[in-house]
Amino acid sequence: MAMLSDISPKGRGDRRPPTQIELKLRRKARVSATIRYGLLTLIGLLMVYPLIWLIGASFKTNAEMFTSPSFWPNEPTVQGYIDGWKTSTPYTFGKFFLNSLWIIIPKVIGTAISCTLVAYGFARFEFPFKKFLFASVIATLLLPNVVTRIPQYLLFRDIGWLDSFLPLWVPSAMAGDAFFVFMIVQFLRAIPRDMEEAARVDGATTLQTLVYIVVPMLTPALISVCLFQFMWTMNDFLGPLIYVSSVEKYPVSLALKLSIDTTEAFAWNQILAMSVLALAPSLTVFFLAQKYFIEGISAGGVKG
Amino acid sequence: MAQLQLRSVEKTYGNGFKAVHGINLDVKEGEFMVLVGPSGCAKSTTLRMIAGLETITGGEIRIGDQVVNDLVPGKRGIAMVFQNYALYPHMKVRRNLSFGLKLKRIPKDKIEEATQEVSSILEIEQLLERLPKQLSGGQAQRVALGRALIKHPEVFLFDEPLSNLDAKLRASMRVRITDLHKRLRNEGRPATVVYVTHDQVEAMTMGDRICVMKDGHIMQVDDPATLYERPANDFVAGFIGMPEMNLVPCALSRNGGLPVLSAGSQQITVGDGLADRLKAEDGKVTLGIRPQHLSVVPAGTDGAFNGTITNLEFMGHEVNLHADVDGAAFVAVVPSEDFDNNLKRGDKVGLRPDGRRIHIFDAASGANISLS
Ligand SMILES: Nc1ncnc2c1ncn2[C@@H]1O[C@H](COP(=O)(O)OP(=O)(O)OP(=O)(O)O)[C@@H](O)[C@H]1O
Ligand SMILES: [Mg+2]
Repeated sequence: MAMLSDISPKGRGDRRPPTQIELKLRRKARVSATIRYGLLTLIGLLMVYPLIWLIGASFKTNAEMFTSPSFWPNEPTVQGYIDGWKTSTPYTFGKFFLNSLWIIIPKVIGTAISCTLVAYGFARFEFPFKKFLFASVIATLLLPNVVTRIPQYLLFRDIGWLDSFLPLWVPSAMAGDAFFVFMIVQFLRAIPRDMEEAARVDGATTLQTLVYIVVPMLTPALISVCLFQFMWTMNDFLGPLIYVSSVEKYPVSLALKLSIDTTEAFAWNQILAMSVLALAPSLTVFFLAQKYFIEGISAGGVKG
Repeated sequence: MAQLQLRSVEKTYGNGFKAVHGINLDVKEGEFMVLVGPSGCAKSTTLRMIAGLETITGGEIRIGDQVVNDLVPGKRGIAMVFQNYALYPHMKVRRNLSFGLKLKRIPKDKIEEATQEVSSILEIEQLLERLPKQLSGGQAQRVALGRALIKHPEVFLFDEPLSNLDAKLRASMRVRITDLHKRLRNEGRPATVVYVTHDQVEAMTMGDRICVMKDGHIMQVDDPATLYERPANDFVAGFIGMPEMNLVPCALSRNGGLPVLSAGSQQITVGDGLADRLKAEDGKVTLGIRPQHLSVVPAGTDGAFNGTITNLEFMGHEVNLHADVDGAAFVAVVPSEDFDNNLKRGDKVGLRPDGRRIHIFDAASGANISLS
């Protein structure tokens, strides 16, 4: 597009008809743009096709599901949503959504607070064994999750936390997610210390400096941390599967699986309908906070 | 009440680097003390130790009658202005100004009053509702100044506050700060100031006294005129003054009681009472003479070094004449009206130092051995 306007003079009074070469160049630019955008659209469509199919199929009847390959339902129906919401358990899907929220919200808050505290400590203070400690935090990032599953399970069993949300909350509330600590540390390193020093000269304590000065400057990073944690927890299947055993405490991810287990002839339309609902919160939150999210992960973007 | 004293203050950084070597400094109440020195001489380190932003690894700092070694910055009765302003980016100017007072739980109406007063002094009233990123450099620096002023600190600390401003703004801020200092003094609440700069114009024009530092040592502390006329050593002599003082290695000998200076193959005998001032045996010395105190005379004149002109810089009201004397580079500054316009590059000239203005420094220690 830029090329087009470069070639054709934009002068208001300039009514000179375009020359042969100009016309040719313009046509060339238009063709090349069409090809580029066409290709992009095609690949983009290919990538979201499963999602489109999912949404379309959730409005189909169970019988139609595998008979027609098109994603467009022949006789659109919301029966899948109605039946799916009821579930085969004594609870509606609403209960599972509440459970998910009840897991997510304390976890996100705990993560934000604990990771900020830990990252602030690593980024701004000198203390013995700091290098070693930071290295171990980063090392846990590289450690495969499965390695710690069993000892962790045994630990929580001995404390008596099984079938509660505590095993899901507590590790995060104690900055267990090394990735977030690392992310905030990197973000903090890019922020000059002058402001914090000015606050100390102004008489702020360490905690006041953190709350009044550092946290506001960290906002973009914190928003991304919360978003990541929200989405990961919403989609987390293994955690609840291991620690939560009674159906009344199931989050959405487990409840979806539940409907597959209990129905002999799988009611696919119900499963797909509930999957669409399960996707909705993450997608909504992501699009609402997209601006901050991108700001946060392209870390260091703080203007002095 | 708020004099500031540094007693054998030392600083060794965590990596083992010793930045400050036991310095002693007394800043009187209400005094404007400037710290100058080349980059890396530990001016900022010293200032940050006074502020409490950097720990002290030896010695003692007193503000008023109190040893503040272990006090946090907020309890030292200081305010600091940073080179990069360091305004809180997410707070409006008004909150930037009042943040410190709020932390001290000063009543709202008092804060409001103080904000009004400070913003009218610094002419930032119309900026109060802006965010720092909506300010120009000069405005931001005025806000930073206001943030320090509003606290009525016992000691003001400045770390190169003007170095991010353009030359014109710098000149006007310079005047503003010195005016402010005078004004506080006249209002009966004198402010003790420690001002770090590497700009000697700032140092000479603003300071009541100047502390010249080098590599973590204090070289000399004196008022600007004394520093200029009676430098304690060759470092101070070379650091203060524009263009730099000519410092030339010489051999000192006597001829019938009069000192004789030999540079390369040339010798000059200096009268004008230099002999009475000299506190040294004959030997290796450094001759120091300011470019303004060298007169240009015909080559071969008595008491003058003979040199070849290597460059001429016409500055308008004066001319800088660069000359080579047996391998030693000399600069002389001549008022334009006294300058012989026929002189050009490559010409031979004589350069005669004014004997009353000559400084002789010991070659080994650098100490000035010609102070009367
Ligand atoms: N955190 C630190 N760790 C180790 N050495 C340091 C540290 N900060 C400063 N230094 C060293 O201490 C010396 C003094 O530094 P300082 O910042 O006080 O210099 P300065 O006089 O303010 O210089 P400038 O005019 O460039 O600001 C320098 O050699 C510097 O490399
Ligand atoms: Mg400095």
